[in-house]
Amino acid sequence: MYKKRKLGRGVAMVGAGMSRFDMFSDRDSKDLFAEAFVEMSTSVDKGLDPTDIDALYLGNFTNDFFVRQSHWGAILSDSLGLVPKPATRTEGACASSALAFREGVFAIASGFYDVVLVGGVEDMSKRSTEEVAEGLALAASPYERKAGLTFPGVFAAIATAYFEKYDASREHLMNVTIKSHDNAPLNPKAQFNLAIRDMMDAKVKRAKSQGRAVPDWIDEKDFLHDARANPPIAWPMHLFDCCPISDGAACILLVAEEIANHFTDSPLHVVGLGQGSGRALHSADDLTYFEATRHAAKEAYDMSGLMPKDVQFAEVHDCFSIAEILHIEDLGFFKPGEGHKAVEEGLTRLDGPMPINTSGGLKCKGHPVGATGAAQLIEVWEQLRDQAGRRRVPKSDLRIGAAHNLGGTGGTCTFTILERR
Amino acid sequence: MAEKPINDYGFEQFLSEEKLMGSRCNTCETLYVPPRSLCPGCRHSEMEWAETAGEGRLVAFTSISIGTPAMMEEGYDRNNPYCSGAVELAEGARVVARIEGVDSQHPETIKVGIPLRVKFLHQGRDNNRQTVLAFAPIGE
Repeated sequence: MYKKRKLGRGVAMVGAGMSRFDMFSDRDSKDLFAEAFVEMSTSVDKGLDPTDIDALYLGNFTNDFFVRQSHWGAILSDSLGLVPKPATRTEGACASSALAFREGVFAIASGFYDVVLVGGVEDMSKRSTEEVAEGLALAASPYERKAGLTFPGVFAAIATAYFEKYDASREHLMNVTIKSHDNAPLNPKAQFNLAIRDMMDAKVKRAKSQGRAVPDWIDEKDFLHDARANPPIAWPMHLFDCCPISDGAACILLVAEEIANHFTDSPLHVVGLGQGSGRALHSADDLTYFEATRHAAKEAYDMSGLMPKDVQFAEVHDCFSIAEILHIEDLGFFKPGEGHKAVEEGLTRLDGPMPINTSGGLKCKGHPVGATGAAQLIEVWEQLRDQAGRRRVPKSDLRIGAAHNLGGTGGTCTFTILERR
Repeated sequence: MAEKPINDYGFEQFLSEEKLMGSRCNTCETLYVPPRSLCPGCRHSEMEWAETAGEGRLVAFTSISIGTPAMMEEGYDRNNPYCSGAVELAEGARVVARIEGVDSQHPETIKVGIPLRVKFLHQGRDNNRQTVLAFAPIGE
């Protein structure tokens, strides 16, 4: 029986930090998580005594495959000097650290712990692109793999179903990519920090200086239509529809609401929490939405008493451009079938009524899969605490932001709403 | 026919015999392809094999340039993409499969909704033998 969710006691976010996201040949998960931990520690306004941390919940999808090493909870507890405090790893494919965040919230809400470190890490780039694709495909269904479907392939198939049902096209996917790249230069942590227009200008300049034929793209879409600049991956998706391979870590300090003022005078409160599970591609009746996201959203909205219109901005899981369009519909920001039009009309731009992925999204910020869920919440943290600099959402009284994290091909989805009071 | 386990192993064995089989729940009569041993609809586990006619329509597809390791080994690549998709069978269940007989080089010519018939791709030899489920346009 469905029942409205509530926490046993309130939980607040009082610190947050992330490593740089990039492909590092000489840094591993310990180094990346240490970088995130140091930034988190310095972000705690009134200071953190690390011996006060009661437990660690760590999201990691499959470092087992990527670097042939498992058991990262204990390894990181040791490297951060948290031993003998308990460390627990959570796995939900690309939603692994959103699950760690939830476990941390539950552990505090139950009264068992007061101060919990949550976060995630993934170290992907030590393998070839083909091996990374194989690793990610561990989260797909065995039937999909046998049919030759890659991860991008599954989302590409979803795109064709969406196009057919709502008369949309590849151009609508391009609008998502262009918007993400417009936000990225404003984020000093973004893995790709150039707008598409800047990239085009750089390529033209290089061609001129090398005496090669100078490309004559009319605009960004013309550039994205050029298969040399933007080669196909899985039609209708091309390279610029896909997030990059990244290494990185992110962590968050959660505490019981009643002691939040020991750490900061401006905590964020966890007001909405939702998670759902979903079916494989072949067993879903309709491929144009994610059942798991809709369930997660309902749980989080019901718990918070908020409506989609109350959320002032959101980070959503744009592993592929089509995914962002589905999510903004599933989360209730736009009606089913209206998401692609909303992006086209600029409604999800930084200066629009519903800014989406102000960080540049997974596409530009980077997507170290196990760290992503926590990193999305860190964008909400920076926005709500007025630390987002030039990419601050230009709304007065910014109080409520949310993050949506997706694992696999929609098998695990979470939605988390944070509030500044 | 010899009793086959109602699961992925049995499904694979039937594919090798060029049969696309699912399981039907004795309680609620829902058909599952590939078969399931537990009905997720009513949670009963009395299932029996049901053969499909092997016809359906395309509900979603993609033409893949950067393929799975197995497909790359078959010789597919950026210059020779292949098509995969989801097919709704006449009986209502959906499967994912390779889509053959379409122009993967020009995926804009492939239309959602086209009628398809099953094909069985027998691959490998000796202990590595497997049959891959595929569909092709009717009349192909």
